[in-house]
Amino acid sequence: MDLGAQEIADLVKSSKVSATQVVEAHLDEISRYDSRVNAFLLVMAENALEQAKRIDVRRSKGEELGPLAGVPIALKDNMAVSGFATTCGSKILEGWKPPYTATAVKRLVAADAVLIGKTNLDEFAMGSSTENSAYFPTKNPIDPTKVPGGSSGGSAASVAARFTPIAIGSDTGGSIRQPASLCGIVGVKPTYGLVSRYGLVAFASSLDQIGPFARNVQDAALALQVLAGHDDRDSTSIPGSHFDNSFTDRVAGLRIGVIQEMTTGISGAVEHTLNDAIAFLRSMGATVEAVSIPSTTYGLSAYYLIAPAEASSNLSRFDGVRYGLRVPGADITQTYEQTRAEGFGAEVKRRMMLGTYALSAGYYDALYGRAQKVRTLILDDFAKAYGAYDVLISPTSPTVAFGLGDKTDPLAMYMADVCTIPSNLAGHPAMSVPFGCDEAGLPIGIQVLAPAMGEQIMFSVAQSLQNGAAKPAVPVWRRD
Amino acid sequence: MSEQEISEEETLHVAHLARLGLSGAEVKSFSKQLSAILQHAKDIATLDLDDVVPTKHAISLMNVMREDTVGDSLDRDEVLASAPEAQSGMFVVPKILGES
Repeated sequence: MDLGAQEIADLVKSSKVSATQVVEAHLDEISRYDSRVNAFLLVMAENALEQAKRIDVRRSKGEELGPLAGVPIALKDNMAVSGFATTCGSKILEGWKPPYTATAVKRLVAADAVLIGKTNLDEFAMGSSTENSAYFPTKNPIDPTKVPGGSSGGSAASVAARFTPIAIGSDTGGSIRQPASLCGIVGVKPTYGLVSRYGLVAFASSLDQIGPFARNVQDAALALQVLAGHDDRDSTSIPGSHFDNSFTDRVAGLRIGVIQEMTTGISGAVEHTLNDAIAFLRSMGATVEAVSIPSTTYGLSAYYLIAPAEASSNLSRFDGVRYGLRVPGADITQTYEQTRAEGFGAEVKRRMMLGTYALSAGYYDALYGRAQKVRTLILDDFAKAYGAYDVLISPTSPTVAFGLGDKTDPLAMYMADVCTIPSNLAGHPAMSVPFGCDEAGLPIGIQVLAPAMGEQIMFSVAQSLQNGAAKPAVPVWRRD
Repeated sequence: MSEQEISEEETLHVAHLARLGLSGAEVKSFSKQLSAILQHAKDIATLDLDDVVPTKHAISLMNVMREDTVGDSLDRDEVLASAPEAQSGMFVVPKILGES
Protein backbone atom coordinates (compact mmCIF):
# COMPACT_ATOMS: atom_id res chain seq x y z
CA MET A 1 0.00 0.00 0.00
CA ASP A 2 3.02 2.18 0.35
CA LEU A 3 3.72 1.74 -3.36
CA GLY A 4 3.63 4.90 -5.42
CA ALA A 5 1.89 5.32 -8.77
CA GLN A 6 5.01 4.92 -10.89
CA GLU A 7 6.03 1.76 -9.01
CA ILE A 8 2.57 0.24 -9.45
CA ALA A 9 2.47 1.09 -13.16
CA ASP A 10 5.94 -0.45 -13.66
CA LEU A 11 4.97 -3.65 -11.81
CA VAL A 12 1.71 -4.02 -13.73
CA LYS A 13 3.31 -3.28 -17.11
CA SER A 14 6.00 -5.89 -16.50
CA SER A 15 3.39 -8.45 -15.29
CA LYS A 16 5.05 -8.77 -11.88
CA VAL A 17 1.76 -7.84 -10.25
CA SER A 18 -1.72 -7.85 -11.79
CA ALA A 19 -3.95 -4.78 -11.80
CA THR A 20 -6.53 -6.94 -10.03
CA GLN A 21 -4.12 -7.66 -7.16
CA VAL A 22 -3.32 -3.97 -6.85
CA VAL A 23 -6.98 -2.96 -6.80
CA GLU A 24 -7.96 -5.74 -4.36
CA ALA A 25 -5.22 -4.69 -1.94
CA HIS A 26 -6.29 -1.03 -2.03
CA LEU A 27 -10.00 -1.87 -1.68
CA ASP A 28 -9.09 -4.02 1.32
CA GLU A 29 -7.22 -1.12 2.92
CA ILE A 30 -10.21 1.17 2.35
CA SER A 31 -12.69 -1.31 3.84
CA ARG A 32 -10.44 -1.79 6.85
CA TYR A 33 -9.58 1.80 7.71
CA ASP A 34 -11.86 4.29 5.98
CA SER A 35 -14.29 4.20 8.92
CA ARG A 36 -11.54 6.05 10.85
CA VAL A 37 -11.04 8.68 8.15
CA ASN A 38 -14.29 8.96 6.15
CA ALA A 39 -12.48 9.91 2.96
CA PHE A 40 -14.96 8.24 0.61
CA LEU A 41 -18.55 9.10 -0.28
CA LEU A 42 -18.67 6.19 -2.72
CA VAL A 43 -16.38 3.19 -3.22
CA MET A 44 -16.69 1.88 -6.79
CA ALA A 45 -15.45 -1.64 -5.92
CA GLU A 46 -17.25 -3.60 -8.62
CA ASN A 47 -16.37 -1.12 -11.34
CA ALA A 48 -12.75 -0.96 -10.19
CA LEU A 49 -12.35 -4.76 -10.26
CA GLU A 50 -13.91 -4.95 -13.74
CA GLN A 51 -11.63 -2.21 -14.99
CA ALA A 52 -8.61 -4.00 -13.47
CA LYS A 53 -9.63 -7.26 -15.09
CA ARG A 54 -9.83 -5.63 -18.52
CA ILE A 55 -6.36 -4.17 -18.02
CA ASP A 56 -5.00 -7.60 -17.04
CA VAL A 57 -6.60 -9.23 -20.10
CA ARG A 58 -5.04 -6.63 -22.37
CA ARG A 59 -1.67 -7.13 -20.71
CA SER A 60 -1.89 -10.91 -21.16
CA LYS A 61 -2.53 -10.34 -24.87
CA GLY A 62 0.70 -8.40 -25.03
CA GLU A 63 -0.95 -5.00 -25.49
CA GLU A 64 0.99 -1.99 -24.33
CA LEU A 65 -0.54 -0.36 -21.26
CA GLY A 66 -0.88 3.34 -20.44
CA PRO A 67 1.33 5.36 -18.08
CA LEU A 68 -1.01 4.82 -15.11
CA ALA A 69 -1.46 1.06 -15.69
CA GLY A 70 -3.43 -0.37 -12.77
CA VAL A 71 -2.99 2.71 -10.57
CA PRO A 72 -5.99 3.16 -8.22
CA ILE A 73 -7.30 6.71 -8.27
CA ALA A 74 -9.83 8.51 -6.07
CA LEU A 75 -11.88 11.40 -7.49
CA LYS A 76 -13.28 14.36 -5.63
CA ASP A 77 -17.04 13.98 -5.84
CA ASN A 78 -17.58 17.10 -7.93
CA MET A 79 -16.34 15.37 -11.09
CA ALA A 80 -18.81 13.49 -13.24
CA VAL A 81 -18.46 9.79 -13.98
CA SER A 82 -21.30 8.54 -16.17
CA GLY A 83 -23.71 6.33 -14.24
CA PHE A 84 -22.21 6.97 -10.79
CA ALA A 85 -23.71 9.29 -8.19
CA THR A 86 -22.06 12.73 -8.10
CA THR A 87 -23.17 14.61 -5.00
CA CYS A 88 -20.75 17.56 -4.68
CA GLY A 89 -21.15 16.87 -0.97
CA SER A 90 -24.64 18.36 -1.22
CA LYS A 91 -28.14 17.10 -0.50
CA ILE A 92 -29.41 19.00 -3.52
CA LEU A 93 -27.67 16.50 -5.84
CA GLU A 94 -28.28 13.37 -3.76
CA GLY A 95 -28.97 10.45 -6.08
CA TRP A 96 -28.07 12.31 -9.28
CA LYS A 97 -26.20 10.15 -11.77
CA PRO A 98 -24.60 12.21 -14.53
CA PRO A 99 -25.11 10.96 -18.09
CA TYR A 100 -21.58 12.04 -19.06
CA THR A 101 -17.98 11.72 -17.85
CA ALA A 102 -15.53 14.55 -17.11
CA THR A 103 -12.69 14.90 -19.63
CA ALA A 104 -10.09 14.65 -16.85
CA VAL A 105 -11.58 11.31 -15.80
CA LYS A 106 -11.66 10.05 -19.40
CA ARG A 107 -7.98 10.89 -19.74
CA LEU A 108 -7.15 8.96 -16.55
CA VAL A 109 -9.09 5.92 -17.73
CA ALA A 110 -7.45 6.11 -21.17
CA ALA A 111 -4.09 6.00 -19.35
CA ASP A 112 -5.28 2.73 -17.68
CA ALA A 113 -5.79 4.20 -14.22
CA VAL A 114 -8.50 2.50 -12.15
CA LEU A 115 -11.31 4.62 -10.62
CA ILE A 116 -11.70 3.38 -7.08
CA GLY A 117 -14.17 5.85 -5.62
CA LYS A 118 -15.52 9.36 -5.07
CA THR A 119 -14.18 11.38 -2.16
CA ASN A 120 -15.76 13.73 0.35
CA LEU A 121 -15.58 17.52 0.02
CA ASP A 122 -16.97 20.72 1.45
CA GLU A 123 -20.36 21.19 -0.22
CA PHE A 124 -19.78 22.44 -3.78
CA ALA A 125 -16.08 22.85 -2.85
CA MET A 126 -16.87 25.77 -0.53
CA GLY A 127 -14.75 25.43 2.59
CA SER A 128 -11.30 24.77 3.98
CA SER A 129 -11.91 21.82 6.30
CA THR A 130 -14.33 19.35 4.59
CA GLU A 131 -16.65 19.95 7.56
CA ASN A 132 -19.17 21.60 5.21
CA SER A 133 -19.99 18.27 3.56
CA ALA A 134 -23.71 17.53 3.90
CA TYR A 135 -22.82 13.88 4.61
CA PHE A 136 -20.03 13.72 7.22
CA PRO A 137 -16.73 15.41 8.01
CA THR A 138 -13.49 13.75 6.87
CA LYS A 139 -10.71 13.32 9.43
CA ASN A 140 -6.99 13.90 9.01
CA PRO A 141 -5.28 10.47 8.79
CA ILE A 142 -2.20 11.85 10.57
CA ASP A 143 -4.35 12.87 13.57
CA PRO A 144 -8.09 12.01 13.41
CA THR A 145 -8.99 14.80 15.85
CA LYS A 146 -7.88 17.32 13.18
CA VAL A 147 -9.42 18.40 9.89
CA PRO A 148 -7.78 17.27 6.64
CA GLY A 149 -8.22 20.76 5.19
CA GLY A 150 -10.48 21.44 2.26
CA SER A 151 -12.32 21.57 0.14
CA SER A 152 -10.69 18.46 -1.42
CA GLY A 153 -10.21 16.93 2.05
CA GLY A 154 -11.43 13.46 1.08
CA SER A 155 -8.95 13.22 -1.81
CA ALA A 156 -6.07 14.46 0.36
CA ALA A 157 -7.00 12.02 3.13
CA SER A 158 -7.22 9.13 0.64
CA VAL A 159 -3.62 9.70 -0.46
CA ALA A 160 -2.27 10.44 3.05
CA ALA A 161 -3.98 7.32 4.44
CA ARG A 162 -2.44 5.16 1.67
CA PHE A 163 -5.91 4.29 0.28
CA THR A 164 -4.77 5.40 -3.19
CA PRO A 165 -1.38 6.61 -4.48
CA ILE A 166 -3.09 9.41 -6.42
CA ALA A 167 -6.30 11.36 -5.97
CA ILE A 168 -7.80 14.15 -8.02
CA GLY A 169 -9.11 17.40 -6.56
CA SER A 170 -10.18 20.84 -7.67
CA ASP A 171 -8.68 24.13 -6.51
CA THR A 172 -10.60 27.42 -6.64
CA GLY A 173 -8.84 29.25 -3.80
CA GLY A 174 -6.49 26.60 -2.37
CA SER A 175 -8.69 23.51 -2.22
CA ILE A 176 -5.89 21.19 -3.40
CA ARG A 177 -2.84 22.88 -1.88
CA GLN A 178 -4.16 23.61 1.63
CA PRO A 179 -5.38 20.02 2.33
CA ALA A 180 -2.13 18.69 0.81
CA SER A 181 -0.20 20.81 3.31
CA LEU A 182 -2.38 19.73 6.25
CA CYS A 183 -2.15 16.02 5.33
CA GLY A 184 1.58 15.98 4.53
CA ILE A 185 1.35 15.19 0.82
CA VAL A 186 1.96 16.87 -2.55
CA GLY A 187 -0.88 18.83 -4.17
CA VAL A 188 -0.80 20.69 -7.49
CA LYS A 189 -2.97 23.48 -8.88
CA PRO A 190 -1.97 23.74 -12.55
CA THR A 191 -2.09 26.84 -14.74
CA TYR A 192 -5.69 27.83 -15.44
CA GLY A 193 -6.65 26.19 -18.74
CA LEU A 194 -4.07 23.37 -18.63
CA VAL A 195 -6.61 20.76 -17.46
CA SER A 196 -10.11 20.64 -18.95
CA ARG A 197 -12.95 21.60 -16.61
CA TYR A 198 -15.56 19.72 -18.66
CA GLY A 199 -17.52 17.57 -16.22
CA LEU A 200 -16.26 19.41 -13.14
CA VAL A 201 -19.30 20.90 -11.42
CA ALA A 202 -18.63 24.65 -11.62
CA PHE A 203 -18.05 26.72 -8.46
CA ALA A 204 -16.22 29.84 -9.73
CA SER A 205 -15.52 29.28 -13.41
CA SER A 206 -12.70 31.81 -13.81
CA LEU A 207 -10.78 30.27 -10.87
CA ASP A 208 -11.57 26.51 -10.80
CA GLN A 209 -8.83 24.13 -11.86
CA ILE A 210 -8.47 20.34 -11.56
CA GLY A 211 -5.20 18.91 -10.25
CA PRO A 212 -3.57 15.88 -8.61
CA PHE A 213 -2.56 14.78 -5.10
CA ALA A 214 0.26 12.27 -4.60
CA ARG A 215 2.73 11.19 -1.92
CA ASN A 216 5.69 12.31 -3.98
CA VAL A 217 6.45 14.97 -6.58
CA GLN A 218 7.16 12.51 -9.42
CA ASP A 219 3.78 10.79 -9.05
CA ALA A 220 2.00 14.17 -9.03
CA ALA A 221 3.82 15.03 -12.26
CA LEU A 222 2.93 11.68 -13.80
CA ALA A 223 -0.74 12.34 -13.05
CA LEU A 224 -0.58 15.91 -14.35
CA GLN A 225 0.99 14.73 -17.61
CA VAL A 226 -2.07 12.51 -18.14
CA LEU A 227 -4.59 15.19 -17.07
CA ALA A 228 -3.15 18.09 -19.07
CA GLY A 229 -4.14 18.91 -22.63
CA HIS A 230 -6.54 20.86 -24.79
CA ASP A 231 -10.22 19.91 -24.82
CA ASP A 232 -12.76 21.20 -27.34
CA ARG A 233 -15.46 20.87 -24.70
CA ASP A 234 -13.90 23.54 -22.47
CA SER A 235 -13.63 26.90 -24.22
CA THR A 236 -11.12 28.11 -21.58
CA SER A 237 -8.79 25.19 -22.26
CA ILE A 238 -5.47 26.50 -23.66
CA PRO A 239 -4.95 25.38 -27.28
CA GLY A 240 -1.93 23.13 -27.73
CA SER A 241 -1.26 22.92 -24.00
CA HIS A 242 0.49 19.95 -22.48
CA PHE A 243 2.74 19.13 -19.55
CA ASP A 244 5.97 17.29 -20.21
CA ASN A 245 6.83 15.12 -17.22
CA SER A 246 10.60 15.64 -17.39
CA PHE A 247 12.20 17.95 -14.88
CA THR A 248 15.30 17.98 -12.75
CA ASP A 249 15.88 18.64 -9.07
CA ARG A 250 18.47 21.32 -9.87
CA VAL A 251 17.93 24.69 -8.26
CA ALA A 252 21.53 25.91 -8.50
CA GLY A 253 21.55 29.37 -10.07
CA LEU A 254 17.78 29.83 -9.71
CA ARG A 255 16.49 33.08 -8.28
CA ILE A 256 13.78 32.33 -5.71
CA GLY A 257 11.63 35.00 -4.03
CA VAL A 258 9.97 34.52 -0.64
CA ILE A 259 6.66 36.39 -0.60
CA GLN A 260 6.91 38.74 2.39
CA GLU A 261 3.17 39.36 2.69
CA MET A 262 2.71 35.62 3.32
CA THR A 263 5.20 35.43 6.18
CA THR A 264 3.19 37.55 8.58
CA GLY A 265 0.47 36.05 10.74
CA ILE A 266 1.80 32.51 10.35
CA SER A 267 2.40 30.15 13.25
CA GLY A 268 5.86 29.68 14.76
CA ALA A 269 6.20 26.13 13.48
CA VAL A 270 5.25 27.20 9.95
CA GLU A 271 7.79 30.03 10.07
CA HIS A 272 10.43 27.61 11.29
CA THR A 273 9.73 25.20 8.41
CA LEU A 274 9.81 28.05 5.89
CA ASN A 275 13.21 29.12 7.20
CA ASP A 276 14.46 25.52 6.94
CA ALA A 277 13.28 25.40 3.33
CA ILE A 278 15.02 28.69 2.53
CA ALA A 279 18.27 27.43 4.10
CA PHE A 280 18.02 24.17 2.19
CA LEU A 281 17.43 25.86 -1.19
CA ARG A 282 20.40 28.15 -0.53
CA SER A 283 22.57 25.14 0.32
CA MET A 284 21.60 23.69 -3.06
CA GLY A 285 22.90 26.81 -4.79
CA ALA A 286 19.75 28.90 -5.28
CA THR A 287 19.62 32.61 -4.56
CA VAL A 288 16.77 33.11 -2.11
CA GLU A 289 15.57 36.62 -1.26
CA ALA A 290 12.55 38.30 0.26
CA VAL A 291 10.19 39.88 -2.29
CA SER A 292 7.19 42.07 -1.65
CA ILE A 293 3.99 41.50 -3.64
CA PRO A 294 1.86 44.19 -1.99
CA SER A 295 -1.45 43.51 -3.75
CA THR A 296 -1.59 39.90 -2.51
CA THR A 297 -2.70 41.43 0.81
CA TYR A 298 -5.98 42.27 -0.90
CA GLY A 299 -6.35 38.80 -2.46
CA LEU A 300 -8.63 37.47 0.27
CA SER A 301 -11.08 40.38 -0.05
CA ALA A 302 -11.13 40.22 -3.85
CA TYR A 303 -11.56 36.46 -3.82
CA TYR A 304 -14.46 36.49 -1.36
CA LEU A 305 -16.31 38.85 -3.70
CA ILE A 306 -15.40 37.27 -7.06
CA ALA A 307 -15.78 33.60 -6.14
CA PRO A 308 -19.21 33.97 -4.46
CA ALA A 309 -20.38 36.20 -7.34
CA GLU A 310 -19.48 33.54 -9.89
CA ALA A 311 -20.90 30.83 -7.62
CA SER A 312 -24.22 32.61 -7.17
CA SER A 313 -24.56 32.59 -10.95
CA ASN A 314 -23.30 29.02 -11.46
CA LEU A 315 -25.43 27.50 -8.72
CA SER A 316 -28.63 29.08 -10.01
CA ARG A 317 -28.94 25.91 -12.12
CA PHE A 318 -29.90 23.95 -9.01
CA ASP A 319 -33.56 24.89 -9.12
CA GLY A 320 -35.36 21.57 -8.78
CA VAL A 321 -36.28 21.36 -12.47
CA ARG A 322 -33.71 19.30 -14.36
CA TYR A 323 -31.91 17.22 -11.72
CA GLY A 324 -31.60 16.57 -8.03
CA LEU A 325 -33.95 17.58 -5.27
CA ARG A 326 -37.33 19.27 -5.79
CA VAL A 327 -39.42 20.56 -2.90
CA PRO A 328 -42.76 21.49 -4.48
CA GLY A 329 -44.26 24.85 -3.53
CA ALA A 330 -47.48 26.66 -4.41
CA ASP A 331 -45.88 28.25 -7.47
CA ILE A 332 -42.58 28.12 -9.36
CA THR A 333 -40.89 30.80 -7.22
CA GLN A 334 -41.78 29.00 -4.03
CA THR A 335 -40.57 25.74 -5.55
CA TYR A 336 -37.21 27.34 -6.31
CA GLU A 337 -36.93 28.92 -2.87
CA GLN A 338 -37.93 25.82 -0.92
CA THR A 339 -35.81 23.45 -3.02
CA ARG A 340 -32.74 25.60 -2.50
CA ALA A 341 -33.52 26.24 1.17
CA GLU A 342 -33.66 22.52 1.86
CA GLY A 343 -30.98 21.36 -0.58
CA PHE A 344 -28.13 23.76 0.25
CA GLY A 345 -26.13 23.89 3.48
CA ALA A 346 -25.25 27.01 5.46
CA GLU A 347 -21.92 27.85 3.78
CA VAL A 348 -23.34 27.51 0.26
CA LYS A 349 -26.27 29.75 1.23
CA ARG A 350 -23.88 32.27 2.77
CA ARG A 351 -21.86 32.47 -0.44
CA MET A 352 -24.97 32.65 -2.62
CA MET A 353 -26.06 35.62 -0.52
CA LEU A 354 -22.64 37.27 -0.58
CA GLY A 355 -22.31 36.81 -4.35
CA THR A 356 -25.83 37.97 -5.11
CA TYR A 357 -25.25 41.04 -2.93
CA ALA A 358 -21.92 41.84 -4.64
CA LEU A 359 -23.62 41.65 -8.04
CA SER A 360 -26.80 43.50 -7.09
CA ALA A 361 -27.79 46.98 -8.26
CA GLY A 362 -25.91 49.68 -6.36
CA TYR A 363 -23.06 47.40 -5.25
CA TYR A 364 -21.82 45.90 -8.51
CA ASP A 365 -19.19 48.58 -9.19
CA ALA A 366 -18.17 49.12 -5.56
CA LEU A 367 -17.76 45.41 -4.78
CA TYR A 368 -17.51 43.06 -7.76
CA GLY A 369 -16.05 45.69 -10.10
CA ARG A 370 -13.37 46.76 -7.63
CA ALA A 371 -12.48 43.15 -6.87
CA GLN A 372 -11.85 42.56 -10.58
CA LYS A 373 -9.52 45.56 -10.62
CA VAL A 374 -7.61 44.16 -7.63
CA ARG A 375 -7.18 41.03 -9.71
CA THR A 376 -5.38 43.17 -12.29
CA LEU A 377 -3.09 44.61 -9.59
CA ILE A 378 -2.20 41.10 -8.45
CA LEU A 379 -1.39 40.03 -12.02
CA ASP A 380 0.78 43.14 -12.49
CA ASP A 381 2.61 42.61 -9.19
CA PHE A 382 3.30 38.95 -10.00
CA ALA A 383 4.60 39.96 -13.45
CA LYS A 384 6.98 42.41 -11.80
CA ALA A 385 8.19 39.77 -9.32
CA TYR A 386 8.78 37.22 -12.09
CA GLY A 387 10.95 39.79 -13.81
CA ALA A 388 13.43 39.34 -10.97
CA TYR A 389 12.72 35.78 -9.78
CA ASP A 390 12.24 32.42 -11.50
CA VAL A 391 9.86 31.06 -8.88
CA LEU A 392 8.32 32.25 -5.62
CA ILE A 393 7.80 30.36 -2.38
CA SER A 394 5.63 30.84 0.70
CA PRO A 395 3.96 28.73 3.35
CA THR A 396 0.93 26.91 1.89
CA SER A 397 -1.18 27.39 5.00
CA PRO A 398 -0.63 29.84 7.87
CA THR A 399 -1.09 27.00 10.38
CA VAL A 400 -0.98 23.22 10.74
CA ALA A 401 -4.24 21.22 10.69
CA PHE A 402 -6.75 22.65 13.15
CA GLY A 403 -9.17 20.66 15.31
CA LEU A 404 -12.51 19.39 14.00
CA GLY A 405 -15.15 21.91 15.04
CA ASP A 406 -12.58 24.56 16.03
CA LYS A 407 -13.41 27.20 13.43
CA THR A 408 -17.02 28.26 13.70
CA ASP A 409 -16.66 31.83 12.41
CA PRO A 410 -16.86 31.87 8.59
CA LEU A 411 -14.33 34.70 8.27
CA ALA A 412 -11.78 32.81 10.40
CA MET A 413 -12.19 29.82 8.07
CA TYR A 414 -11.68 32.04 4.99
CA MET A 415 -8.30 33.14 6.41
CA ALA A 416 -7.01 29.57 5.90
CA ASP A 417 -6.74 30.36 2.17
CA VAL A 418 -4.77 33.60 2.48
CA CYS A 419 -1.55 32.20 0.92
CA THR A 420 -3.19 30.14 -1.81
CA ILE A 421 -5.80 32.54 -3.24
CA PRO A 422 -3.49 34.89 -5.22
CA SER A 423 -2.44 32.09 -7.63
CA ASN A 424 -6.08 31.40 -8.50
CA LEU A 425 -6.78 35.07 -9.10
CA ALA A 426 -3.70 35.20 -11.38
CA GLY A 427 -4.41 31.84 -13.09
CA HIS A 428 -0.86 30.76 -12.22
CA PRO A 429 0.32 27.29 -11.20
CA ALA A 430 1.26 26.58 -7.60
CA MET A 431 1.86 23.45 -5.58
CA SER A 432 2.37 22.35 -2.00
CA VAL A 433 5.24 20.07 -0.98
CA PRO A 434 5.53 18.65 2.56
CA PHE A 435 8.73 19.91 4.16
CA GLY A 436 8.43 19.75 7.96
CA CYS A 437 6.10 19.32 10.89
CA ASP A 438 5.33 20.89 14.26
CA GLU A 439 6.19 19.41 17.69
CA ALA A 440 3.03 17.29 17.60
CA GLY A 441 4.02 15.79 14.25
CA LEU A 442 1.43 17.68 12.18
CA PRO A 443 2.67 18.26 8.61
CA ILE A 444 3.67 21.62 7.15
CA GLY A 445 3.84 22.29 3.40
CA ILE A 446 5.82 24.80 1.38
CA GLN A 447 4.06 26.44 -1.55
CA VAL A 448 5.99 26.83 -4.82
CA LEU A 449 4.49 29.40 -7.22
CA ALA A 450 5.40 29.91 -10.87
CA PRO A 451 4.21 32.11 -13.75
CA ALA A 452 1.55 30.81 -16.18
CA MET A 453 2.70 27.58 -17.87
CA GLY A 454 5.72 27.52 -15.56
CA GLU A 455 4.99 23.99 -14.31
CA GLN A 456 8.39 22.64 -15.37
CA ILE A 457 10.43 24.94 -13.16
CA MET A 458 7.85 24.69 -10.36
CA PHE A 459 8.26 20.91 -10.32
CA SER A 460 12.06 21.20 -10.31
CA VAL A 461 11.99 23.31 -7.16
CA ALA A 462 9.39 21.01 -5.60
CA GLN A 463 11.54 17.98 -6.37
CA SER A 464 14.53 19.65 -4.76
CA LEU A 465 12.48 20.52 -1.65
CA GLN A 466 11.32 16.91 -1.46
CA ASN A 467 14.96 15.77 -1.37
CA GLY A 468 15.58 18.02 1.62
CA ALA A 469 12.29 17.42 3.43
CA ALA A 470 11.68 15.72 6.75
CA LYS A 471 10.29 12.18 6.44
CA PRO A 472 6.62 12.31 5.42
CA ALA A 473 4.09 11.88 8.20
CA VAL A 474 2.42 8.47 8.39
CA PRO A 475 -1.22 7.74 9.26
CA VAL A 476 -1.90 7.41 12.94
CA TRP A 477 -2.68 3.65 12.86
CA ARG A 478 0.62 2.88 11.12
CA ARG A 479 2.96 4.87 13.29
CA ASP A 480 4.64 2.05 15.19
CA MET B 1 -18.49 50.61 -0.17
CA SER B 2 -21.29 51.25 2.26
CA GLU B 3 -20.56 51.73 5.93
CA GLN B 4 -23.76 50.29 7.27
CA GLU B 5 -24.46 46.74 8.17
CA ILE B 6 -26.65 44.65 5.94
CA SER B 7 -30.04 44.96 7.58
CA GLU B 8 -32.37 42.01 7.98
CA GLU B 9 -34.66 43.62 5.44
CA GLU B 10 -31.81 43.86 2.94
CA THR B 11 -30.86 40.25 3.70
CA LEU B 12 -34.38 39.14 2.83
CA HIS B 13 -34.26 41.14 -0.41
CA VAL B 14 -30.97 39.51 -1.45
CA ALA B 15 -32.34 36.07 -0.52
CA HIS B 16 -35.28 36.71 -2.81
CA LEU B 17 -32.94 37.73 -5.65
CA ALA B 18 -31.04 34.47 -5.07
CA ARG B 19 -34.33 32.50 -4.92
CA LEU B 20 -33.28 31.22 -1.54
CA GLY B 21 -35.81 30.60 1.19
CA LEU B 22 -34.40 31.59 4.60
CA SER B 23 -35.67 30.87 8.10
CA GLY B 24 -35.98 33.70 10.60
CA ALA B 25 -32.85 32.50 12.38
CA GLU B 26 -30.91 32.38 9.09
CA VAL B 27 -31.94 35.95 8.25
CA LYS B 28 -30.55 37.11 11.60
CA SER B 29 -27.26 35.18 11.39
CA PHE B 30 -26.62 35.95 7.70
CA SER B 31 -27.26 39.63 8.25
CA LYS B 32 -24.52 39.63 10.92
CA GLN B 33 -22.07 37.35 9.11
CA LEU B 34 -22.36 39.08 5.74
CA SER B 35 -21.80 42.43 7.43
CA ALA B 36 -18.62 41.10 9.05
CA ILE B 37 -17.30 39.63 5.79
CA LEU B 38 -18.02 42.85 3.87
CA GLN B 39 -16.44 44.84 6.68
CA HIS B 40 -13.24 42.86 6.07
CA ALA B 41 -13.53 43.37 2.31
CA LYS B 42 -13.55 47.12 2.92
CA ASP B 43 -9.76 47.14 2.67
CA ILE B 44 -10.08 47.29 -1.12
CA ALA B 45 -12.22 50.43 -0.87
CA THR B 46 -9.13 52.41 0.11
CA LEU B 47 -7.16 51.49 -3.04
CA ASP B 48 -6.89 53.95 -5.90
CA LEU B 49 -8.29 51.89 -8.75
CA ASP B 50 -9.52 54.61 -11.11
CA ASP B 51 -7.10 53.82 -13.92
CA VAL B 52 -7.04 50.07 -13.42
CA VAL B 53 -8.67 47.83 -16.03
CA PRO B 54 -10.72 45.01 -14.48
CA THR B 55 -9.62 41.39 -15.05
CA LYS B 56 -12.48 39.01 -15.77
CA HIS B 57 -10.27 36.10 -16.68
CA ALA B 58 -6.60 35.58 -15.85
CA ILE B 59 -5.68 33.82 -19.10
CA SER B 60 -6.88 35.85 -22.04
CA LEU B 61 -8.22 33.72 -24.83
CA MET B 62 -9.99 35.44 -27.70
CA ASN B 63 -12.87 34.07 -29.74
CA VAL B 64 -12.33 30.37 -29.39
CA MET B 65 -13.97 28.89 -32.50
CA ARG B 66 -14.53 25.39 -33.79
CA GLU B 67 -16.09 23.84 -36.86
CA ASP B 68 -19.84 23.53 -36.64
CA THR B 69 -20.02 19.79 -37.04
CA VAL B 70 -22.53 17.19 -35.90
CA GLY B 71 -21.29 15.24 -32.87
CA ASP B 72 -22.63 12.97 -30.18
CA SER B 73 -25.05 14.53 -27.74
CA LEU B 74 -26.51 13.27 -24.51
CA ASP B 75 -29.33 10.72 -24.72
CA ARG B 76 -32.64 12.46 -24.00
CA ASP B 77 -34.17 9.66 -21.95
CA GLU B 78 -31.00 9.28 -19.91
CA VAL B 79 -31.00 13.00 -19.11
CA LEU B 80 -34.69 13.05 -18.25
CA ALA B 81 -34.23 10.03 -15.98
CA SER B 82 -32.43 12.36 -13.52
CA ALA B 83 -35.21 14.95 -13.50
CA PRO B 84 -37.55 15.22 -10.50
CA GLU B 85 -40.46 14.98 -12.95
CA ALA B 86 -40.56 14.37 -16.70
CA GLN B 87 -43.24 13.52 -19.22
CA SER B 88 -43.38 13.00 -23.01
CA GLY B 89 -39.71 13.89 -23.43
CA MET B 90 -39.97 17.13 -21.45
CA PHE B 91 -39.25 18.45 -17.96
CA VAL B 92 -42.41 19.00 -15.92
CA VAL B 93 -42.49 22.27 -13.94
CA PRO B 94 -45.14 23.91 -11.80
CA LYS B 95 -47.49 26.18 -13.74
CA ILE B 96 -45.73 29.47 -14.45
CA LEU B 97 -48.51 31.60 -15.98
CA GLY B 98 -51.43 32.54 -13.75
CA GLU B 99 -55.08 32.04 -14.76
CA SER B 100 -56.75 35.18 -15.98
